[in-house]
Amino acid sequence: MMLDLTLLPDGGMGWLDGSGEHADVVLSTRIRLARNVEGYAFTGRAREGERLRVLQQVRDAMPHVGSLRGGVVLRVDELAPNDRQLLHERHLVSRELAGLESHQTLRGGAAVVLGEGVGVMVNEEDHLRLQALRSGLEVGRALGAVERLDRELGGRLPYAYHDDFGFLTACPTNTGTGMRASVLIHLPGLVLTKEIAKVLAGLQTMGLTYRGLYGEGSEVVGNFFQISNQTTLGRTEEELADHLVRVVRHVIQREHEARRVLWRDAGYIIEDKLWRAYGTLRFARSLTFDEAMNYLSGVRLAVGLKLISGLSVYTLNKLLIFCQSAHLAYAEGRALTESEANVARARYVRQALEAEADPTA
Amino acid sequence: MLCEACRELDASVHLTQAVEGEVRQRHLCAKCAAEQGIETTVTAPPKNVLGEFLQAVQQQAGATASDSTRCTYCAMTLRDFRSTGRLGCSRCYATFEPSLRELLRRVQGSAKHVGRRYVPPEPEVLERATTIGELRDRLRRAVENEDFEVAATLRDKIRDVE
Repeated sequence: MMLDLTLLPDGGMGWLDGSGEHADVVLSTRIRLARNVEGYAFTGRAREGERLRVLQQVRDAMPHVGSLRGGVVLRVDELAPNDRQLLHERHLVSRELAGLESHQTLRGGAAVVLGEGVGVMVNEEDHLRLQALRSGLEVGRALGAVERLDRELGGRLPYAYHDDFGFLTACPTNTGTGMRASVLIHLPGLVLTKEIAKVLAGLQTMGLTYRGLYGEGSEVVGNFFQISNQTTLGRTEEELADHLVRVVRHVIQREHEARRVLWRDAGYIIEDKLWRAYGTLRFARSLTFDEAMNYLSGVRLAVGLKLISGLSVYTLNKLLIFCQSAHLAYAEGRALTESEANVARARYVRQALEAEADPTA
Repeated sequence: MLCEACRELDASVHLTQAVEGEVRQRHLCAKCAAEQGIETTVTAPPKNVLGEFLQAVQQQAGATASDSTRCTYCAMTLRDFRSTGRLGCSRCYATFEPSLRELLRRVQGSAKHVGRRYVPPEPEVLERATTIGELRDRLRRAVENEDFEVAATLRDKIRDVE
């Protein structure tokens, strides 16, 4: 039986709607808080019975927690591999929780609770990973939502907490606030002008770190980067969030400058490259994932430069998600070989672009 | 290409650094990069970076807790932590407090939480939650055993508590 995505509040897709500040450059903002429930060993060392009790305690708390009241609990450990992959592709669960890491098996009691604009991963590396995902650069809103959830849930479940060390986590790099605030940002201008290495090195000197599209350990594809705070202790949640926003605003400014320079110094080359990207997406009959991501990055840049009009940020965001392999398999209703997926991907992209206003007209 | 720091391992970390306005290309192996505090998350960090940090802490500070000290709750030792980089339970923080305090200072730049303070739930809320949890457990067992009379009584009790 396949996972019914219509059961998810907003399909788990609200964060893609292209709203929010700087949504053309910043796809999304995510804030997650790592929490553990007192009275059990941390997930990695807990017995399955303990992990199931943690999950039960979360279920029991749900009716008392505003944003989880109408929520859905998905037992990730009971889902088929494609469905777990699908949730991961939608950025609703981590690779680890979905049991997709090569060295690790699926953990009994792994679950995710999806509420209104917030979610809780249960039995990830920590018992609870509370998260809020928003479209665009919306750190304040995401923080507000996840803190509300945290206060309500923490008022029902006893969290592991220490006066000096704060919220206790399995990995000491998360302890303290337990907060990781990250933005998913598209930086093709900085990549093309080769400024990106400087910017990324600069982030590290400012206590921030970067990752690829899917978080920890993932590669950078399609010029998408996730920028987040590196430390979680010794500063307040607001300080960490404000610092991230300040630096990200600066990075956005650098990106816009890079785009201006590209346009000024190599306008016709850029114009040619981006229209080729659009042409390939519009007419190709087979696309690998990396190809699709790179051309979509080009088209996104073209929309940002106002070279291509009539294409919405929402459509581009949706394409990023729906041309991933588990989503294609879901849409086709069966498992696909790699070459079948490439064909299905090209068809999906083609149809999505055809449905929009024709920018060549 | 060999790592420019140790000249022993292959360089797997290549980065451009801007230091005081000067741009420098650097080529390091994962180990030396980690020692210099350069994060290499894009190529997946080795899981035991923390373990190596901890080893350095223990060597410098004079081991405050020996490798074989065991957490009384989850039986984890510092040796386990060195190999996994993950603690076993919240009690571990108390068991290994001196070592962890120094580790946090190095890795996080601080060992003092200044963020939101946590106020645990009132005892009666907790007790109620536990009671309901337990009743539900018993209810599930009763249903599994097709003990429907017991199940009905338990269902009523849960309704009462709720």
